[in-house]
Amino acid sequence: MYQIRIHGRGGQGSVTLAQLLAQAGHEDGIWSQATPSFGVERRGAPVEAYVRYSDEKITERSHVEEPDCVIVQDTSLLEYVDVTEGLSDDGILLVNTDADPEDVDIDTDAEIVTVDATEIALENLGRPIMNTALLGAFAGATDKLSTESLEAVITRKFEGEIGQKNVAATTDAYTEVHA
Amino acid sequence: MAQADQQNPSDEQEVMKGTSAVAKGVMAANPDVVSAYPITPQTGVVEKLSELVADGKLDSEFIKVDSEFNAASTCIGASAAGARAFSATSSQGLKLMSEPLFTAAGMRLPIVMAVANRSLSAPLSIWADHTDAFAERDGGMLQFHAEDVQEAIDHVLLGFRVAEQVNLPALSNFDGFILTHVQEPANIPTEEEVSEFLPPREPEYTLDPSDPKTMGAYARPEHWTESRYEIQRAMMESREVWADAVEEFKDVFGRDYTEYGGMLDTYYADDADHIIVAMGSIAGTIRNVVDAYREDGEKVGMVRPRVFRPFPAPELRDALADAESVAVLTKEMSPGYESAFAGEIKGALYHAESQPPVKSYVLGMAGRDVKPEDIADIIEDVKTATPKMDFDESESWPQLRPELLKGGDA
Repeated sequence: MYQIRIHGRGGQGSVTLAQLLAQAGHEDGIWSQATPSFGVERRGAPVEAYVRYSDEKITERSHVEEPDCVIVQDTSLLEYVDVTEGLSDDGILLVNTDADPEDVDIDTDAEIVTVDATEIALENLGRPIMNTALLGAFAGATDKLSTESLEAVITRKFEGEIGQKNVAATTDAYTEVHA
Repeated sequence: MAQADQQNPSDEQEVMKGTSAVAKGVMAANPDVVSAYPITPQTGVVEKLSELVADGKLDSEFIKVDSEFNAASTCIGASAAGARAFSATSSQGLKLMSEPLFTAAGMRLPIVMAVANRSLSAPLSIWADHTDAFAERDGGMLQFHAEDVQEAIDHVLLGFRVAEQVNLPALSNFDGFILTHVQEPANIPTEEEVSEFLPPREPEYTLDPSDPKTMGAYARPEHWTESRYEIQRAMMESREVWADAVEEFKDVFGRDYTEYGGMLDTYYADDADHIIVAMGSIAGTIRNVVDAYREDGEKVGMVRPRVFRPFPAPELRDALADAESVAVLTKEMSPGYESAFAGEIKGALYHAESQPPVKSYVLGMAGRDVKPEDIADIIEDVKTATPKMDFDESESWPQLRPELLKGGDA
């Protein structure tokens, strides 16, 4: 089983990102589960969402405590939330920031991958809604999802021009991160 | 039964939110009337249904009302007029429906409801436990508990089928947030499949202005007892109707809920020394803990009542009687006594030839996360349970945080 924990703030689309990750995984034939962990449901409040992937049916219902990947949507959370808690040493910490990985002030043995998803979102969408860029960055950093699946789930969720713009944001982030 | 056995890989699965998936299942059942009032975490079910009606995809009367009391009452009127009626609610909403639901049972109206289980105030909480469902235990409504999104869909279809045959309302429970807001693969039944499984409702009596009659009006002491007894008889008859329904469900949809006549789902319980009993989504996490114990060669198993009303007493007696110990994991309790679920299980074992020690564990209340370690700790604890436990040793609240209690301890 591969487990992802997303840290964001209410209104940043953490739940949507989890859902897109699950739907893209399903599109690739992986059993996928997306679970929001609703807290106070207020804009700006710290929120978590979880994604699990497996070759077999997933029955687990507990919160993800030992993630293989942690996605941080907003670095202002780092002051309040230990985003690395339980993160596997072999795992990936994907951070939305304009900083380089070596300049990110997080103490972890996991690999730190950075992407300026907010900037990519602003360039492509004109708004700082960074979840589709982070979807692309996750795929680029982990090779867990095919680019075809990313495009399929995004165009299903966002129709027409807005869908194409989101696909562009995903592709830009994928390309920036993919080694 | 292994969960993997229940998958039919040839079927097309979709990943969508639990509430949307249930709404699509309801759509396939083609209700004549839907009436509901929004409440977290159920809202998504009726929101989706109202959207489907507005978009012309579902040919139902969607009746907007000012409260859950009115929603249930509207369903009563519709059902009495012969309609297939659906509603959904949670928590306080179910409390507000309680009075009309008891009435619906007495009037023998097969209204089916999805209940997204949530704790009851106070303190206010929007998260899952089974306090709301258990508070309706004695109304005369059939009750089922789903483990995953697929069952939440399927139990609504089974609910209509059985409710309409025995003329009782049904509450199809699925855990709030854990199952309402998860996205996971599920087969969405088509209307063709459902029409094969679920024929149009054929009510025995309907309200009809051209043939006036009265339903549920007034019974003097010389009549009322019989009407209540008929509910009990219908409940008992529903066991066989449910068993037939799960058989046919398997034929039509390929998903197999036929173990113990559809009353129980078991996991490595046959030869288990220590058995966990639980209902709802927690069973998924329990499976993984059972797997870990089995890998270490320890005989641990799980028994999950799928149906709570009628209570699967004979089946539980059969499934549990040979165990060395039984741990009941439950998300409700009856203040002043113990978990109602555990009490009923003990009652079911009273006439068994052997009575294993039964210890109840109140946990996962109001959405408190239940981790695999919590379940493993319970298994270790129940191994030491003895048949002659003192009453105050027979129930435990393993997730209690003593620092929050008055005086700092339990």
